[in-house]
Amino acid sequence: MIGLDIAFWILAVVGVIAALAVVLLGDVFRAALSLVLCFLTVAGIYITLSADFLAAVQILIYVGAISVLIILAIMLTRDVQRGSPSNRLRLPAFLVAILFFGGVAYALLNTTWQVSSTPPLEPTTPAIARLLFSEGGFILPVEIAPILLLAAIIGAIVLVREK
Amino acid sequence: MTMAALPPDWPGGFWLHWGVFVVVIFVFVMATIMGFIWFERRAMAIMQARLGPNRAGPFGVLQPVADGIKVMLKEDIVPAKGDKVVHWLAPVVAFVPALMIFAVVPFQGGAILADLNIGILYIVAISSVTTVGVFMAGWASNNKYSLLGAMRQVASVVSYEIPVVLSIVGVVLLAGSLSMQQIVMAQDIPFILLQPLGFLLFFIGALAEINRAPFDLMEADSEIVAGFHTEYSGMKFALFYLVEYGEALAISAIVTTLFLGGWRGPLLLPWLWFLIKVILVFFVIVWIRTTVPRIRIDQLMALAWKFLFPLALINLIITAVEILVWPAGSLWVLVPINIAVMIVLVLLWSRFFKLGWGKVEV
Repeated sequence: MIGLDIAFWILAVVGVIAALAVVLLGDVFRAALSLVLCFLTVAGIYITLSADFLAAVQILIYVGAISVLIILAIMLTRDVQRGSPSNRLRLPAFLVAILFFGGVAYALLNTTWQVSSTPPLEPTTPAIARLLFSEGGFILPVEIAPILLLAAIIGAIVLVREK
Repeated sequence: MTMAALPPDWPGGFWLHWGVFVVVIFVFVMATIMGFIWFERRAMAIMQARLGPNRAGPFGVLQPVADGIKVMLKEDIVPAKGDKVVHWLAPVVAFVPALMIFAVVPFQGGAILADLNIGILYIVAISSVTTVGVFMAGWASNNKYSLLGAMRQVASVVSYEIPVVLSIVGVVLLAGSLSMQQIVMAQDIPFILLQPLGFLLFFIGALAEINRAPFDLMEADSEIVAGFHTEYSGMKFALFYLVEYGEALAISAIVTTLFLGGWRGPLLLPWLWFLIKVILVFFVIVWIRTTVPRIRIDQLMALAWKFLFPLALINLIITAVEILVWPAGSLWVLVPINIAVMIVLVLLWSRFFKLGWGKVEV
């Protein structure tokens, strides 16, 4: 599986560079575009893991909807091209980020991961549907998420409503 | 009906299949786009009682070639205060997804670059990336008209995505698969008969998503010059032009595959049927362009949220109930029922939803 390895490393390197660009670029619009690239590489990694449905949904939701909303929000701010100047919080933010990164890396490296030897499912969609919607599946979290979203939407409408 | 289905890995070998189909798709898309440009200009000319391009070659068929050479020789102008890198990248980001859609379009049984299990979902996902390219173009041009055009594009795509996807779900329920090949195989009755309302909603929504008239107000010349590609010239403008027609071709191919039975049909060769249906759908798109006047932005939003969205939900529920309740053998009976349901619902909703009356609701 040398091809998969090459694909993984290209995606991983590009993804990390794009993620760094999101944080470090001063131009907020370009930072948002780097975020799009980062989302795309994550979708690519899903494909190398045979999770085709997840990859398509990743592109549809994160690239097609969420980044577009982020870009729209950026349009409403001033000084887009130098909108992300560094300030005194730079060092504390860096320290917190390093601590978080260390914690996550430590947890990842010290977990014994179970590797399945069965070949990946083909088509994946029925299995996902069965897990999400059938009895004994994750139907309760699936139902809770829309109620949470509905509450958030009603809250947003109440907040912006003209009196 | 038995089809002369090609083996899945024709012409043999993974890499050979890839190479052959990438070339075939590229040539097909480019040739068909040039044909479409000529076809649209001539057809519109006939409908508007004028001549249209008739000088380059017999009946003007070489006009797109002449246009292509002209546009390649033009100077490439980049706005002085624009974001040059993003300005350069934008046409590419818009063009690549438009071309990638054709990877899962079946030209005939087995003649497909990649028969993905998630075919139609792949198309919905990939085509949403084009919006980012359009936004990049609008912003990098440093021009208020470009930005306004891009904003309008985003607003319409985000709104119309919902009815389009919901009407696709109706087809997926009937076919029982997301794969484009399986959807074609499932259409013993073309889905336009079983899903007439779904077809109508999909077609209207798709026209809005690709900015065809009457939804072309993101490049409304009288208001915002040319929309997001105002500041583009030369080859970069040509790429946006290709995206526009490539998307029209993609929509024609998707409508053919989802609703018109794809490459299936009697007597003629399968790929010929596919081509005939694609050209027919494109003709309807041109016909609509010459017939319907452009709508306002508030009407655009109202149409998506008050008309298409509720009807798409109702269509989805009716389809789901029919599939659960109806015995699988007698789908023909559903055809008149569904057509009647469509007529009743559309008439009913046009009572609720009227444009005009002198008042504007946003």
